[in-house]
Amino acid sequence: MLQIKPILAALKRHKAGTILIALQIALTLAIVCNALFIIQQRLDRIARPTGLIETNLLTLQNGWVGVDDKSTGPLVRADLQAIRQLPGVEDAIATNSYPLRGGGWSTGVRTNPDAKKSEAHTTQYFVDDHALATMGLKLIAGRNFRADEVTEVDPQGVVSASQIIVTKALADKMFPDGSGLGKVLFVDDGTKPSTIIGIVERLEVPWNSSWSDAFLDNAVLEPYQLTGGYTSYMVRSKPGQLAAITKSVPETLFKLNRMRVIPSERGVRTYDMVRAQAYKSDRGMAILMGVVCLVLLAITAAGIVGLTSFWVGQRRKQIGVRRALGATQRDILSYFMTENLLIGIAGVVIGALLAVGMNLWLVTQFEMARLSLLYVAIGVVALLLLGQGAVLAPAMRAARVPPVEATRSV
Amino acid sequence: MFIHNLRLGAFSLRRNPLLTALMIMSIGFGVAASMITFAVFRAVSGDPIPHKSSQLFVPLIDNRGPQYNRKGEPPSALTYTDAVALMRAHKAERQTVLFPVAMSVMPGDAHRMPFKAIGYATYGDFFPMFDVPFLYGNAWGTSEDEARGAVVVISRALNQKLFGGENSVGRRIILDDKEYRILGVTSDWDPKPRFYDMFNDNAYASPAQVYIPFTYAIDQKIDTYGNNNCGSDGKRGEDRDSWLRGECVWISPWVELDSQEKVDAYKQFLQGYANDQRRAGRFNWAPNNRLRNVNQWLDYQHAVPPESRISLSLALGFLVICLVNTIGLLLAKFMRRAPEIGVRRALGASRADIYRQFLAEAGMVGLAGGVLGLLLTGLGMFGVGLVFEPQIARLAHLDISLVLLTLLVAIAATVLAAFYPTWRAAQVQPAWQLKSN
Repeated sequence: MLQIKPILAALKRHKAGTILIALQIALTLAIVCNALFIIQQRLDRIARPTGLIETNLLTLQNGWVGVDDKSTGPLVRADLQAIRQLPGVEDAIATNSYPLRGGGWSTGVRTNPDAKKSEAHTTQYFVDDHALATMGLKLIAGRNFRADEVTEVDPQGVVSASQIIVTKALADKMFPDGSGLGKVLFVDDGTKPSTIIGIVERLEVPWNSSWSDAFLDNAVLEPYQLTGGYTSYMVRSKPGQLAAITKSVPETLFKLNRMRVIPSERGVRTYDMVRAQAYKSDRGMAILMGVVCLVLLAITAAGIVGLTSFWVGQRRKQIGVRRALGATQRDILSYFMTENLLIGIAGVVIGALLAVGMNLWLVTQFEMARLSLLYVAIGVVALLLLGQGAVLAPAMRAARVPPVEATRSV
Repeated sequence: MFIHNLRLGAFSLRRNPLLTALMIMSIGFGVAASMITFAVFRAVSGDPIPHKSSQLFVPLIDNRGPQYNRKGEPPSALTYTDAVALMRAHKAERQTVLFPVAMSVMPGDAHRMPFKAIGYATYGDFFPMFDVPFLYGNAWGTSEDEARGAVVVISRALNQKLFGGENSVGRRIILDDKEYRILGVTSDWDPKPRFYDMFNDNAYASPAQVYIPFTYAIDQKIDTYGNNNCGSDGKRGEDRDSWLRGECVWISPWVELDSQEKVDAYKQFLQGYANDQRRAGRFNWAPNNRLRNVNQWLDYQHAVPPESRISLSLALGFLVICLVNTIGLLLAKFMRRAPEIGVRRALGASRADIYRQFLAEAGMVGLAGGVLGLLLTGLGMFGVGLVFEPQIARLAHLDISLVLLTLLVAIAATVLAAFYPTWRAAQVQPAWQLKSN
């Protein structure tokens, strides 16, 4: 550390190189911090539980052909009956949507029917009494729907149901002072009360875009079997039977009734596929950012190696003189390491400021979250270590310069 | 002389192979990262209808009022009531309203399975307004709109599937269990993003296959295949009629206005309409309308996905770092040759000669970096499918203009980065170098 003064004096004569290395470290820190932060956010999103038991779950999208939208009720019932009787099938439901599907229903809810503005936003799932078992939802209070509570309704005639099951998140939001069980909610236009008969621990909305994050865990289950032109089926297989029913369910449906369209794309998907497709962009973004970070760090390290090698080459004579005057190999090594550390510290200080500034810009442009300072700290340490690692090889080469170099001309 | 400089440049690349390799890699990776993201960005942010984007407008009317609308903005589509009123008023030269439909197509051959075709219910003006090209036949006119006729325009792809690509104008087709008469077959037409249907998140969906008259679709009670937004005060009603008359929005409106006077006049009309609704007691707030042209509309709807914008910004930062890196490495490379420069200067080379030689050398480095960048860009295009939805990935591809741009950016950026090191090289004093040797 005693060498700091001569190092600073030497750096003053190599202003350009010094500034370039510091600048590069600063920019790399700024970008890597933000990229790591984006990766972390994406991974967090991908890891979010839907509330479903996702293994052994199959989804189907069914469109009816040549049938009046109001008359599809018996067809759906026949389908369900056939699916539920298949060997390998544990249970099945028809629903308007399910988590990560991408399209569904959403509406406002309020506790006071006269309130001007709804108090929360929620999604609506129209299902029967088999939903909890099929989806694998965890009932934490109250009871399931009874079969006799389920009624048939067409999509344009949906009115709020008398009995509903809600998620804990929605219940807590609407009734912060205790359990919402048995209380009354007004769903949709708020003319008819719906009594909460059950609360499930968690159930996500069908969307995973940023606009739906605000009400991600708010869901209402209503005991309706929707008619209409389109139906989504969810089928829970017995353990180990998923592959078999992925084949047998669509076959059975077509055998039962050919007047239907199950799209070739996304028509039949296991829930693992639903999840993979829903988070494709997020996972890809995380991978892209990860690759960018690695390459960036490699290039920064390469730049440090290149410039330091140049300096070592330039200073061979001076190094020889120092060695002749009694400096040990260790002294030379630590000289270059310390030099790099000083430049690195200057770089990371500027870089930390840049990182925060860049994040603020991303926050205003893309409504991203604030960067945690932990990332900056990790980035600072990583870049200082990277710099020390990169400078090691040229510094060792410098240390091996023999004292006799002092007597040679260049 | 220039050729000579290039040759010298190419020759000197082979000295210091390590530094040269580092520089080429640095430029290659920087350019590739920027180009890949740029290709995606370009694909999703282009003007879908450049010659008319300033003449096509989306009129929107706030039917919710300040209490229920989002951040003071009217909803992004119209109610049936307002859509019909706009069409009836006919205050623009051309105008249309539309909503997406999904129809089951029954193939003539009984052995084939019915399949789904996505399309739009709209007015005849849709086709001339959006310059839809026709392969056979043509669009329907006002008379079919008014007659509420069962006519249809199909896409070339559907025509291929059903009729093997022959002229099917005048033939019949069964959609959902209704018979339609084919009036026209469009050529391939699929503007991206699909500006006219942003309300339904269909910006990058696969191309529409059928178009039927809006009036007929309403008569036949054909449902929208798109969003139906009733707002947080939404009175959905209990049946189709009350829903149709209610305040749910689901219809996208478009008008064509080719001069500023007409735009102003249309704004006046919207203002008057909203005031009428207020007087009639339907609205109890001051008129709150919008009239956006295509580009303003895409901007408002955030047509460019944030992923591509974030990664474009990061990739630009990436390019900057690679260039800073290149400046440093070029500096090291050039200054190593200070003795050589000194000799050349002493032998009579002017500073300009030094500039020419070193910039030419940098140009060679840039070219090599560009070639590497091109390879990596090509490789990266395969990876685009990982990051973005296939509909977008399909749009981003390596074409001639991108190849040229990659090389140009690589060379220009490297030469730019080389200015400072070259300036330093040109400052080398001949006398000093000679003395020290």
